[in-house]
Amino acid sequence: MLIAQIKKMEKIITVKNLVKKFGYFKANDNLTFDVYKGEIFGFLGANGAGKTTTIRILCGLSSPTSGDLKVAGFDIYKETEKIKHNIGYMSQKFSLYEDLTVSENIQLYAGIYGISRKRRKEKEAELLKKLELEDAKNKLIGGLPLGWKQKLAFSVAIFHDPKIVFLDEPTGGVDPITRRKFWDLIYEAANRGITVFVTTHYMDEAEYCNRVSIMDAGKIEALDTPAKLKEIYNAKNMDEVFLKIARK
Amino acid sequence: MIFGIPLLQMLILVYAATFDMKKIDMAVIDKDLSTTSRELIAKFDAIPFYNVSSAAFDEKFADEMLLKDEVDIVLVVPANMEKNLIRDDATQLQLLVNAIDGNSAQLTFSYTTSIIADFNKNLIAEWKGIPEFAPPSQVKITESYWYNPELDYKWFMAPGILAILVTLVGMFLAGINLVREKEIGTIEQLNVSPIKKYQFVVSKLVPFWIIGLFDLAFGLVIARLFFDLPIVGSLFLLFSFASVYLIGVLGLGLFLSAISETQQQVMFISYFFLIIFILMGGIFTPVESMPDWAQDINRINPIFYFMRIMRMIVLKGSGFFDLIQEFISLAVLGVSFLSLAIWQYKKTI
Repeated sequence: MLIAQIKKMEKIITVKNLVKKFGYFKANDNLTFDVYKGEIFGFLGANGAGKTTTIRILCGLSSPTSGDLKVAGFDIYKETEKIKHNIGYMSQKFSLYEDLTVSENIQLYAGIYGISRKRRKEKEAELLKKLELEDAKNKLIGGLPLGWKQKLAFSVAIFHDPKIVFLDEPTGGVDPITRRKFWDLIYEAANRGITVFVTTHYMDEAEYCNRVSIMDAGKIEALDTPAKLKEIYNAKNMDEVFLKIARK
Repeated sequence: MIFGIPLLQMLILVYAATFDMKKIDMAVIDKDLSTTSRELIAKFDAIPFYNVSSAAFDEKFADEMLLKDEVDIVLVVPANMEKNLIRDDATQLQLLVNAIDGNSAQLTFSYTTSIIADFNKNLIAEWKGIPEFAPPSQVKITESYWYNPELDYKWFMAPGILAILVTLVGMFLAGINLVREKEIGTIEQLNVSPIKKYQFVVSKLVPFWIIGLFDLAFGLVIARLFFDLPIVGSLFLLFSFASVYLIGVLGLGLFLSAISETQQQVMFISYFFLIIFILMGGIFTPVESMPDWAQDINRINPIFYFMRIMRMIVLKGSGFFDLIQEFISLAVLGVSFLSLAIWQYKKTI
C-alpha cells in the first residue's frame, strides 16, 4: 500500500499528545499518531517501552493522564462504552475462560456483544470449521495447546466484527510456523476491513505490517512503512532498524 | 464441597454449641449423717442428671475436687442439721459452686436450691401435717415454655447456625469468584466488552444466590431429620426473606471483592466483617442485652436480622407483618450493598 493511498484514507484512531503517568514515571510521553482504516498498524518497542499502556488506554481499560484521543470516531473520555462496541481486544495474557469449553467461550462473548442466538450458532460452526477445531468444540479450553488458544482468542476478539482489533503481543511463546498461520488470520481480518493494531517483539512480524511505529522509553522514535524505515536507517531488515533506534 | 461442608458444620456445630445442662457433678459433705440428711442426698441421687459422686467428710477434700474441676457443686450439710431443724425450726446448708462458667454456675445453683426448697416443703408437710389453710402470701408459679417446650437448645441453635452457613457460602464464594477473575486476567476480556456494570455484578450474584437458597433448603432438611426441628412458619415466607437477605450478603461480598486485588485481601476483609457480624448477630448471646452502641452497629448487620427472622419463622411461626421491620431493613441493606458493589466495580484499572 502506498503512503499516498493511505493518506487519503479515513483516520480511525487519532492520538494527540497522549501522556500517561504512573506517579512520576511517564509510561507514555507525549505520543501523537494516527491509524488509518483497514491498515495493519504495528506497534513495536522493547519491553517496558509503553506499548501495553497505550493499547490499554485505547481499549478503555485505563484512562490517560492527558491528551486528545479518538477511537472509531468516539471520544475516549466521554464515549468509552460506544468505543467498546466497536473494538476487539486480545490481551497479552490468555484471557478466555479455561474452565469453559471452546463453544461455551464463543457463545458467552457472542452473547455479551448482543449477537442473536441463531446467528451465533451459525458463525460458531463456520469459525470452528475454518480453524479445524470442530473436534475440540466441547473440550475445555484450558487443555488446548497454546497456538490453538491464541487463534481462538483472536477469533473471539473479532467474532462481533469490530472496526478495530487490538492485539497485545498475540504470538508470544509459539513456534514460527504457528506464528505464520496466526498472521494468515490477521490478514484475513484485515481483508474483511478490520483495522488491526498489533504490538510485537518479533521483527519478522513487523515486516508484515503496513506501517510500524517504534517506541522507546515512552516515546515514538519512528513511524513509517517497513520499506521506508529500512531506507531511512540504511538497514537490511527491521531487526537492524530496531537495534539502531534502541541504541541511539 | 458446597453441600458437604455445610452438612458437616451443621451436624458438628449444632450438637457441640450447646448451653444445655446435661449433667451436674455434685459432692456432698454430710457431717450430720442423720435420716434427714440422707433423705436429702437420696433426693439428689434420684434425679438422673445429678451425679452425686462422693461423700467426703471435710471441706478440704471437697475444695480439692472443685479445684480439679471434678465437681460442679459441693453441698455441705453441717453437723446437727436435723437436731437444729427439730429444735429451732431452722437450719443452714452450704452450697459451693464452681463458677468458672458464670452461666452454668447460676443454672446449677438455681436447680439445686429449688430442689432443696422442694425438700424443705415436703419436710414441713410431713412433720406438721398438711396445713389446713394455705400459707399466706404464697404465689404458686407454674411455667409453660412456649415455642420450644422441651427447651431443646438444638432447636435454638439450628436456625442460627443455618443462617451463618448460608451467609458464609454466599459471601465467600461470590467474593472469591470475582477477585479470582482479576487474578487470572479473564476480567480484562470482559472489561473491553460493552457489558454494563450492573449486568456484570448481577451475573456474578445470581449463581451464588441460587446456591445459597439451595443450601438453606438442604440445611432445613438436615435439621428436620437430625434434630426434629419443627418448622412452624411458612417456608415460602422464609425463602422470600432469605432471597432478600442473600442479595445483601452477596452484594457485600461483591463490594469487598470489587475493592480488593487478591484473594488473600478479600478473604481477610470478609473474615473481619463476618466475625463481627456473626458474634454480634445474636447467635449465642441475646442482642437485647448488648450495650446500646452495639445494638446501633447491629442496624447494619444483615446477620442480626436474618438470625431473628430464621428463629421467629421456624420456631414461632411469625408471619410477614410480625417481621415487616426486619424486611424493610434487609431490603434497604440489600439495595445499598448491591449499589456499592456496582459502583465500586471498575471497568478501568
